[in-house]
Amino acid sequence: MTRINLNELDPSFKFKVASSRGGEGLQSCYACKACTAACPIEKTVKRYDPRKIIRMALLGMKKELLESDFIWLCSSCYSCSEVCPQDVRFTDVIYAIKNLASSEACAPSGLSAQKGLLKDHGRLYEVSDFENEKRTKLGLPPIVEHPEDYERLL
Amino acid sequence: MEALLYLGCTVPIRNLNYELSSRMIARALGINFHDNEALGCCGFPLKSMDVMSTILSAARNLAIAERDNLEICALCNACAGTLNEISHTLDHDQDLRRQVNDKLKTVGLEYNGTVRVRNFMRLLYEEVGLDRIQSCVKRPLNGIKLAPHYGCHYLKPSELNIGFEDPEVPRTLSSLIEATGAQSVDYASLKDCCGGGVLGVSEEVANSLAQKKLQDVAVSGAHALVLVCPFCNVMYEGQQKKIAKTAGLDLKVPVVYYPQVLGLALGMNPDELGFKLNRVKPAEMLKLVEGLEVF
Repeated sequence: MTRINLNELDPSFKFKVASSRGGEGLQSCYACKACTAACPIEKTVKRYDPRKIIRMALLGMKKELLESDFIWLCSSCYSCSEVCPQDVRFTDVIYAIKNLASSEACAPSGLSAQKGLLKDHGRLYEVSDFENEKRTKLGLPPIVEHPEDYERLL
Repeated sequence: MEALLYLGCTVPIRNLNYELSSRMIARALGINFHDNEALGCCGFPLKSMDVMSTILSAARNLAIAERDNLEICALCNACAGTLNEISHTLDHDQDLRRQVNDKLKTVGLEYNGTVRVRNFMRLLYEEVGLDRIQSCVKRPLNGIKLAPHYGCHYLKPSELNIGFEDPEVPRTLSSLIEATGAQSVDYASLKDCCGGGVLGVSEEVANSLAQKKLQDVAVSGAHALVLVCPFCNVMYEGQQKKIAKTAGLDLKVPVVYYPQVLGLALGMNPDELGFKLNRVKPAEMLKLVEGLEVF
């Protein structure tokens, strides 16, 4: 087990998470572990443990969280939020933590690329003539890209 | 009834069978779908990066629906969930709505908070209703067993679905299946997540989630797994071969969309419902459909 040096932790981190959109419920957690028991990811990947992630955030383990690979494993199924007796809304809390990691350039490259796709095409997939010809043959209306709006908004 | 059809990113490019069959059954049941080519991504894919980007993308689409004076009907669970969530958020946070409208102004839009969002199943269930669906069935799917998969964003967060569905004991899709004359099959992992949300980060983790359900459905006696979300389809249909190969399993679970099933019961033929585009052919199921020419 790795030792934690309390002097290296960031006591302001929990406030940063709690003041982010979605992170408001962080400090209501009383560690009952209902979230972990409901989590389908934790059953496969033990290091993705919602209760532990909350403890890490509360302790100020900012670096260990933001630079970790496991915070990105949430499948966004909301099972944890449904069972939480304290209305922590862990799905939203982990989104807030991932947002903070992204702002420190820690996001996996695949995710960062999706923002580029939206700015370039206004959609996740580029719509080529091939796709629209296929749609026309089936009697479906064409799909039009609107990258200009997404470029301005994002 | 009238609704703005929200296709999202995946359905109109990769799941034309879902789009074709949805349009067909909507027409047959008196739902008038409107198209608007201005619609784009709902913003869900950006949520991990920056929630504000999701809010702005969703608000742009909500504003387009508001300008058309139509409620949104989404085929994808993630799109329906995201648009529904952001519409609720903007209803309850005036400061945020002002901030969003400042940005929307730059693309010539404004959102005043009047748009309702439902997924297609909810629209069928609430607007058409089981009784009317049943009375429109021309070819009951007797003898066909189907395993429903609701998908997480269909059920949760439950606060967005009050009065519609209980995520602990889901019933709407099962009863929609039974309205066609088919039998809805229960199985142990019915409520499990498909894993699609992590596919972009870890294929291994995503596949391990999907594998359990495919195995359960394979031994449940069901002729097919019934979906209502293209994201879940990526896992159960798109990844099925790879999952089977990696785990050394002999998996051939047909995966169909609910509107395709209902279309058959309404007397439509498999071609117009896009069955040619299903990767694992539901041959056994189609054999049991009365009066159907060999597929």
